[in-house]
Amino acid sequence: MREGATRRGFLMRGLAGVGTLALAGCHSVSQQPWADPLLRSAEALTKRVQRLFAGDHALAQEFTKADIAPVFRANGTLDPGTAEYRAQAQSNFANWRVTVGGLVEHPLSLSMAQLRKMPSRTQITRHDCVEGWSCIGEWTGVQMSHILALAGPKQNARYVVFYCADPMTDTNGDGINDSDFYYESLDMVEATHPQTLLAYDLNGQPLDIAHGAPVRVRAERQLGYKQPKYVKAVALVESLDKIGGGKGGYWEDQGYNWWGGI
Amino acid sequence: MTIASEPAHDPAAPGAGARIATFLKYGANADPDAPKAPFYRHPLFVRVAHWTNAIVLTVMLMSGLQIFNAHSALYWGAQSDFDHPWVSMTAEQNDDGSLKGITKIGPWHFDTTGWLGASKVDGQWAVRGFPSWATIPGPQWLAMGRLWHFFFAWLFVANGVVFAGLAVYSGHFRRDLKPRASDITGLPAEIAHHARLQFPRGAAAKSYNPLQRLTYFTVIFVIAPLIVLTGLTMSPTLDTAFPFLPWIFGGRQSARTIHFLCAFSFVLFFLVHIVMVVLSGTWNNVRSMITGRYEIEEGGHA
Repeated sequence: MREGATRRGFLMRGLAGVGTLALAGCHSVSQQPWADPLLRSAEALTKRVQRLFAGDHALAQEFTKADIAPVFRANGTLDPGTAEYRAQAQSNFANWRVTVGGLVEHPLSLSMAQLRKMPSRTQITRHDCVEGWSCIGEWTGVQMSHILALAGPKQNARYVVFYCADPMTDTNGDGINDSDFYYESLDMVEATHPQTLLAYDLNGQPLDIAHGAPVRVRAERQLGYKQPKYVKAVALVESLDKIGGGKGGYWEDQGYNWWGGI
Repeated sequence: MTIASEPAHDPAAPGAGARIATFLKYGANADPDAPKAPFYRHPLFVRVAHWTNAIVLTVMLMSGLQIFNAHSALYWGAQSDFDHPWVSMTAEQNDDGSLKGITKIGPWHFDTTGWLGASKVDGQWAVRGFPSWATIPGPQWLAMGRLWHFFFAWLFVANGVVFAGLAVYSGHFRRDLKPRASDITGLPAEIAHHARLQFPRGAAAKSYNPLQRLTYFTVIFVIAPLIVLTGLTMSPTLDTAFPFLPWIFGGRQSARTIHFLCAFSFVLFFLVHIVMVVLSGTWNNVRSMITGRYEIEEGGHA
């Protein structure tokens, strides 16, 4: 059975080759220029299928007061630490403004007092970190849909970008971050979801610095890194290409998926 | 009916080399002189699905351990009670600066230095749940681990769906995989046969034995769907589409724990599977899963 033997040999070599690739070489494969785009190609499919099932408005589960975590874990930046932010915190964020611009009919500049006067939503939800842990807390804030309606998005607006006050990189080595300010983005569907808020209270108290004072995003169908803290500016854009590293967020620029629904 | 008898100690008995060759080909307790009948054991779709799954599950496991290492603790319920994990892998610094890996399971603490909690990455001690040889990629790199995991998850589901569809369509499911009432009642006898390394021969070897049927059925039709569903439950977006998912599993963190237990059920299955393949004839089994051809020793227990 020459033919059978040859075929077996081919099969064995094929299996051995694939096995070697899959096991020994996974780290080096991860560093190949073609690996990242290939693996990342699943992201669009995942997003499409998740949106197909979840639709635009399916709500995240809301819990009861009894479920609230005694201590809500703070992660990422715990204090932006810049002189400007310190000064803002000193004055209890009296001069903090959230600007809304880009592709809008009516650019806005909102003080915390103005935000707190707007209709609010309170929700007890589960925060899911990309690391794997979850925490339940009660958030109060203004629905992004309300703010966007006031600003009037232009036809071609596709994404909402959030610019934050926390720098992520220490350029002069003094142990204090000073550049690469955190930013994130959501598409219009996620940004206008009923549970997507500019939140200013956690568990009935104004946000503390570790949790994003004075105002942060809640996007309850997404992982934590999609919900930036210390929000200073909101911009509606058509494309994410020319912003930051072009991937739609600080962590996305470090290789994380833009779609944070999984 | 001949059940393996004590090997005779006559001078004409085969040498060690011949016995090893027999063991590698036909396994323990095989009679090298018994007539063998070729049998086409696995159809093509079973063979393709099997090897696809072998590769996909390996990547899923190792990239899953990479993701687990980002927060190496497991909880029960909707959220993480950080002070009371069910399982955790942590590290403490020794007086000399080296690391001590500690694994906690409920109230028990184990020193797992070098394996869990603290192990070396490229010669340097690092705080990490599972060691770098068990993760994809090796060093801590959550973003890349997620890319591997979520790409191969689609392959795992696609392979499983195609396999299950063809298994039902072809009759493989009804004929070979669906457990029968007699599989349960016959279990003690079957376990005794396995323990004595007596594997089916003759006509009985043409179908899976009760232990195989129960095991394959559980792995393919219970654990695999469970690991997919608990994986989906960890997605905050899918929890909004299917609120019953976290409800069924007792919360997102419980789902994560069950996902982990399913993964280690696969590991346990894999280890037993390899042992059984070796004991019942490495080459005969591996060949049957590559070309389909299996050689059956005639006679034997039915």
